[in-house]
Amino acid sequence: MNRKNKFKRKTLPALAMAGPVSLWMILFVTLPMLYIIYISFMSRGVFGDVVYNFSWDSYKTLLDTTYYKVIVKSIRAAAITTVLCLIIGYPFAYYIAKKPKEVASKLIMLIMIPFWTNSLMRLNSWLLLFQTSGPINRFLQNTGFIDAPINFVYTDGLVMLGLITSMLPFAVLPMYSSIEKLSKSLLEASADLGASRRTTFLRITLPLTFPGIFSSIILVFIPSLGIYTVTDMLGGGKVLYIGNIIKNQFGAIRNWPLGAALSVLLIVITGLLIFIYTRFAKIEDMEVL
Amino acid sequence: MRVSKIQKRKRWQGLVGTIYSVAIYTILYIPVLVMMIFSFNNQRYNYYWNGFTTQWYTKLFTNSAVIDSLWYSVIIAVLATVISVTIGTIGALGLKKYEFKGRKFVNNMLYIPIIVPEIVLAVALLIIFMKVGFALGMGSILIGHCTFCIPYALVTIKGRISGDGYSLEEASLDLGANRIQTFINITLPSIMPGVMSAAFLSFTLSIDDIVMSNMLAGSKSSTLPVLILSMNKSGITPDINALTTIMILVIVISMVLNKAIKNMLKKTKNTEG
Amino acid sequence: MSDSIVTLIDVEKSFGKNKVVKKMNIEIKEGEFLTLLGPSGCGKTTTLRMIAGFEEASSGIIMVQGESIEDKEPFEREVNTVFQNYALFPHMSVFDNIGYALKIRKKPKNEITKRVNEMLDLIQLKGYENRKPDALSGGQKQRVAIARALINNPKVLLLDEPLGALDLKLRKQMQVELKRLQKKLGITFIYVTHDQEEALTMSDRIAIMNEGVIEQLATPSEIYDRPITKFVAGFIGESNIFDGKVIEVHDEILVIENSAGTIMAKGSGFKVGEIVHVSIRPEYVKVSIDPVEGFNLKGTVRDFLYMGTVVNTVIDLKDNTEIKYSRFEKDDDFKERDSVNIYWNPEKAVVIKYKK
Repeated sequence: MNRKNKFKRKTLPALAMAGPVSLWMILFVTLPMLYIIYISFMSRGVFGDVVYNFSWDSYKTLLDTTYYKVIVKSIRAAAITTVLCLIIGYPFAYYIAKKPKEVASKLIMLIMIPFWTNSLMRLNSWLLLFQTSGPINRFLQNTGFIDAPINFVYTDGLVMLGLITSMLPFAVLPMYSSIEKLSKSLLEASADLGASRRTTFLRITLPLTFPGIFSSIILVFIPSLGIYTVTDMLGGGKVLYIGNIIKNQFGAIRNWPLGAALSVLLIVITGLLIFIYTRFAKIEDMEVL
Repeated sequence: MRVSKIQKRKRWQGLVGTIYSVAIYTILYIPVLVMMIFSFNNQRYNYYWNGFTTQWYTKLFTNSAVIDSLWYSVIIAVLATVISVTIGTIGALGLKKYEFKGRKFVNNMLYIPIIVPEIVLAVALLIIFMKVGFALGMGSILIGHCTFCIPYALVTIKGRISGDGYSLEEASLDLGANRIQTFINITLPSIMPGVMSAAFLSFTLSIDDIVMSNMLAGSKSSTLPVLILSMNKSGITPDINALTTIMILVIVISMVLNKAIKNMLKKTKNTEG
Repeated sequence: MSDSIVTLIDVEKSFGKNKVVKKMNIEIKEGEFLTLLGPSGCGKTTTLRMIAGFEEASSGIIMVQGESIEDKEPFEREVNTVFQNYALFPHMSVFDNIGYALKIRKKPKNEITKRVNEMLDLIQLKGYENRKPDALSGGQKQRVAIARALINNPKVLLLDEPLGALDLKLRKQMQVELKRLQKKLGITFIYVTHDQEEALTMSDRIAIMNEGVIEQLATPSEIYDRPITKFVAGFIGESNIFDGKVIEVHDEILVIENSAGTIMAKGSGFKVGEIVHVSIRPEYVKVSIDPVEGFNLKGTVRDFLYMGTVVNTVIDLKDNTEIKYSRFEKDDDFKERDSVNIYWNPEKAVVIKYKK
């Protein structure tokens, strides 16, 4: 086979097909990611410009009490959201997975439909329900449970409700598919060998669905950490998470290196979780959809 | 009939499971229902229920800011879908079929926009655009949307490419079709379901996106979600509720229709064969 | 070389460090039914795929009708393939599948219809043209795949384990049908299989491949009766194989000695003192209570194994090896634990060059 032919047969089609996506990913993912790491080691000028001198200033600023507190608070909120989504989602996923395939796919569809509505409007609905003169306060007042309306709006609790309801499907779907893949014969074998239902669950079901559970952890924890819409909508600017802080650095406050450093923090946390995940499962098998 | 202990336990478990699931579905659907109900509320700002009206549905079409941003969103979503599905389709085939240096790297890169918080990618793109002096606006939003839609589209389609697809392509080449004819006649039809769901996914991701649109919008037009976010401080007016109610109904009805048409086609085919 | 339609000269193929086809030389004659037979991984499918154009040879020349085809794309080659799992296009009807090659060549509609109908006649599937492949049985799919590959009147038809997915009964039926079709059309068939029975019943010639090398290329009866390598003797049918030393040469009949005794077999080009293999088919083995001239091979009857139509008798030899002896009925002349003398017609035993 001469070289020209090889080019026409192999190289050209490969270039035409894999080329555009590769180029796009390198231009708009790899480069920006590297650049943001680079910017995080620069410092902020007086007018909010970037001064191109190497410094650790941004990372030192992260350890200041104000930022440090926000970071800890974000991580805690994301962790609580994750744990609650897993606890609420696992039995739900299990229930769906044990239904016949036809029914299960319809039930999954039923989870997805609300998520085709605008996410901000769904958050707004919670706001409407819980506002001072809203239906819930009115109901509680009318039934005599409370005398004065409770202030739910712009509290951490409402933000948490918004986070959990936004994230729950991303916890349920990966767990559902890992439970669904679980062979029934394994559970029967375990029961046959004398294990109680509890033992079977702890020794067989849970370990075998662990990759699914870990996908859920990643798909809930990481977005929760970076989200700012929920806090904007339900926290009213009073509740701030890492996402809000990053956004503000690129908006009014104009401290790009600090925003970049916070972004790098998120990248590092993401990378760490993915690294742990790849220890026991393949990244391609992660149920992202 | 005698009911065994095991049967009793199973029934009991089934009941508990059903109640639990209904409760979760209720929580997931409450926001949607509230959104719909408050689109009929006779009050400028939705402070409390003040009686039924349909005025917001008619007023909606006179609110040019909302309609403008809706069109802006739709145009971006359509373009993002077309670009992402095109690149995603040929990319999925290329990455699955050809071995080349850096394939693994590209494969891993694809997961970054899917997993890393969107705000990180958005600000990363923002500073790159600022650095090279790329004007913010529709172009930058479109690039931002494609950057997360392409990986989702590609992963969706890649999942639908089956292993024996190659022998179909080889059969086509063997029978005298060149590569382009093979792609159009054989490859594309065989991955069409994947392409369609990738398109649906890309469109919904794009039209509902806030973070990229917000960070990369510049000062001119804004997409609908960005507009909604900015209205949040002063209160979201019921015409937005009306609009999003219409949107979800359109989506659900078109899904149902699509399914019904597919089923009908299947039936006629079966009777033919 | 005038009547050879496909010629492979020193063809080699490597995947990375793994050489799957080594220095392959073969001339396939026009109108011939040639089978590439061998265990999985022997390089037979790779050879076929190189002829079709799906793989490039790492070195060597492949010629069709005396013309090198290395620069031709699969869609430019005048050979067509019947794929292992049919590879029927699932979204097209039987008609569209069969007519695909003509449609691609932009032939007029009425010509396509005419040709497809001829093919449907040929494969006896008239009335099935609007079905989708999913609605066909395995045998029907197979026939559609064949018709699809034949519609363009290829010079050579390549068949990659075409009957592998069918059950035994259907496979036997399709073997007959394929052979009939090949005779009728006079097209050269290059057929890949790992099923030796299939190869023996259908082929004009068989190339037995092992680890990328053709071990023997010959007619089915030659392969069965006169295997030239130990691999062929062991791969085709059942064989008793002895290792021994040549102690006497009388024309083509050799006397060979090993640790179990002395035997006779046919072979040429061997010298006294040479170490060789001897292969003898179980059905040619004979047994007698009295000693037989020229043979000195004694054993003890161990077992009778009933194998459906034949009875295999296993006889232990004195060096702890065994020999199989098969008859259509159980031999009543002796019973288990009898001591017997083993012999055969020396013409029926084959001497093979020694290979570890």
